[in-house]
Amino acid sequence: MSTRVEKPPAAEIDRPTRLRLYQLMVELRDFEQRAYELFLENLVRGTSHLALGQEAISAGYAVAMRADDYTFCTYRGHGHTLARGASMAAAMAELLGRGNGMLHGKGGSMHLTDVRHGAMGSYAIVGAHLPIAAGAAWSAQVRKSGQVAVCFFGDGTTNIGAFHEALNLAVIWKLPVVFVCENNQYMEYTPIRSVTAVEHPAADRASAYGLEPILVDGNDADVMYERARQTIDTARNGGGPSLVEALTYRHGGHSRADPAKYRPDAEVREWLSRDPVTRYRERLLAAGIGEAEVNEIETRAQQKVDAATEEARNGAPATVDAIERQVWSDGGAAWRN
Amino acid sequence: MAELSFREAIAAGIAQEMERDPMVYFIGEDVGAAGGVFKATVGLFERFGPDRVRDTPISEQAIIGAAMGAAMTGLRPIAEIMFSDFLATCWDMIANQVAKTRYMTDGQVSIPLVIRTANGGGTRFGAQHSQSLENWAMAVPGLKVVAPSTPADAKGLLAAAIRDPDPVIFFEQKSLYGVKGEVPDGEHVERLGEAKVRRDGKDCTILALAAMVPKAMQAAEQLAADGIQATVVDVRSLVPLDTRTILREVVKTGRLFTVEENPRLCGWGAELASIVADECFDDLDGPIVRITTPHVPLPAADVLEDAAMPSVERITQTVRGSMR
Repeated sequence: MSTRVEKPPAAEIDRPTRLRLYQLMVELRDFEQRAYELFLENLVRGTSHLALGQEAISAGYAVAMRADDYTFCTYRGHGHTLARGASMAAAMAELLGRGNGMLHGKGGSMHLTDVRHGAMGSYAIVGAHLPIAAGAAWSAQVRKSGQVAVCFFGDGTTNIGAFHEALNLAVIWKLPVVFVCENNQYMEYTPIRSVTAVEHPAADRASAYGLEPILVDGNDADVMYERARQTIDTARNGGGPSLVEALTYRHGGHSRADPAKYRPDAEVREWLSRDPVTRYRERLLAAGIGEAEVNEIETRAQQKVDAATEEARNGAPATVDAIERQVWSDGGAAWRN
Repeated sequence: MAELSFREAIAAGIAQEMERDPMVYFIGEDVGAAGGVFKATVGLFERFGPDRVRDTPISEQAIIGAAMGAAMTGLRPIAEIMFSDFLATCWDMIANQVAKTRYMTDGQVSIPLVIRTANGGGTRFGAQHSQSLENWAMAVPGLKVVAPSTPADAKGLLAAAIRDPDPVIFFEQKSLYGVKGEVPDGEHVERLGEAKVRRDGKDCTILALAAMVPKAMQAAEQLAADGIQATVVDVRSLVPLDTRTILREVVKTGRLFTVEENPRLCGWGAELASIVADECFDDLDGPIVRITTPHVPLPAADVLEDAAMPSVERITQTVRGSMR
């Protein structure tokens, strides 16, 4: 296949939007770095999957979404959840297993959810949330609510059945859903190319569902924002689903336990040189935004993460009364009388 | 009272709820113009239109996933999985997503979803289209599990399942689809989690589910001729489980038999045997006896299938032998 990576958009993105994109990316970057530091302190007990390096995708889409749109993401979902406006302190506390966590300790890092902000869940079985996102889009369609569902997933997902089932259903029902493949080049430890029949695991399969192949630079926040606007508009206006493949790279390993030694040094260096945050900073400065303003965004992000960390660390451990709570809609867990 | 077949009662239950609540939608394979491969949904497509009664591709993960996403966001979907055996193709959706998402988010989402599925043997379809799989669903916290035995319950329990705010797996025994029975006129809604005493007897208590209920009833008639008076309890709902009625009926007779269509290991009767042994051991006058299919995949040929599944004769002989 000769699918080509799109060039950055010619259209100008207004200054407030650009500052918002940068602010979000910096916040997500700082949050993930802090989460990593807390692992090293052994305060995060379970596993955790960081999205360091993939911030432009979360930020680009979140900024383009309407407040009542739906986000569905994966276990690598801290950034997508926070980008919708979920509480950073509640997210951090959930990582620490505290009672003031977003899910009161019942979900953990892989399941961050904040329905009030449209963050409809982080799904930890690869592929599962694609049909679920399609279902939320179906609901929006029949309720005529104008909402759009955006579903983020990794490159490895393109080889599981649910990916194909969801795409087919979304196309035949013309659902208002945008599927965004975050191709960070690796499943867990294995390069996606070595186990996939096509070079671009999502874009090269779009034609099988009658969709346009869309391959974009996932490390460019402007590109992501423009593509987000366009695909979300299409979905909202009855044009049906899109499948976007965003090329990116995770700066760290698959999970907390993974030092990522399987990646060639040159490849890592090359991708680090395309860091979406530093690259965007340079672009803002080149566009005439003053360094003081950029520094101010960075300082405030640090302060926000510091405050969230403190609030999370001060939370009491999750309480055992949560164990038999909320299996059912009556709030309890009774299975017999 | 009107006399309806079990399959007509299913369609009537769906129609009643779709009429009542515009948020009820129904999706599945061949459920639209075709009326379902078991003809259990005939007339719904014509009555409610292609938006509310939608055919899907053969994509069980998409069917359940889409129903879940819709249930999380305001609809009350009914999803059909043609044969319960096919639950295996979408078990991640059911066991990991549908069942757990409310719990993992500590109640942020509700999933008012009914998964209807044709279950069980007696139709010579072989091992991949004949299983009785209630125990798969029963083993997963977060799923309600219902299996009616009469047309009246098919309608009333299905209506209750659709109104329930939580996910319900609704097992329809295929061997019952043609069975006719009285169904109350007008709106008919049962309650989930209530067992029903179908026959009262002082000597022993037989618990049965779905297609095993009529067999247990016939066996009870034959036992009566031998002087053994059996109580038959139709369990109806495995989750929630009406242990109050079941324990009361066991204590009354001092003997418990379960009749289960499933293979031996970990059938629903094993859980009930455990509960009874725990909570009314001193009231028992003899061993708890489970009558099940042997622990084998169900064979296809009529003589083999009939011999494998609990029959009226096997129930009668087992009870008689144990009561001697």
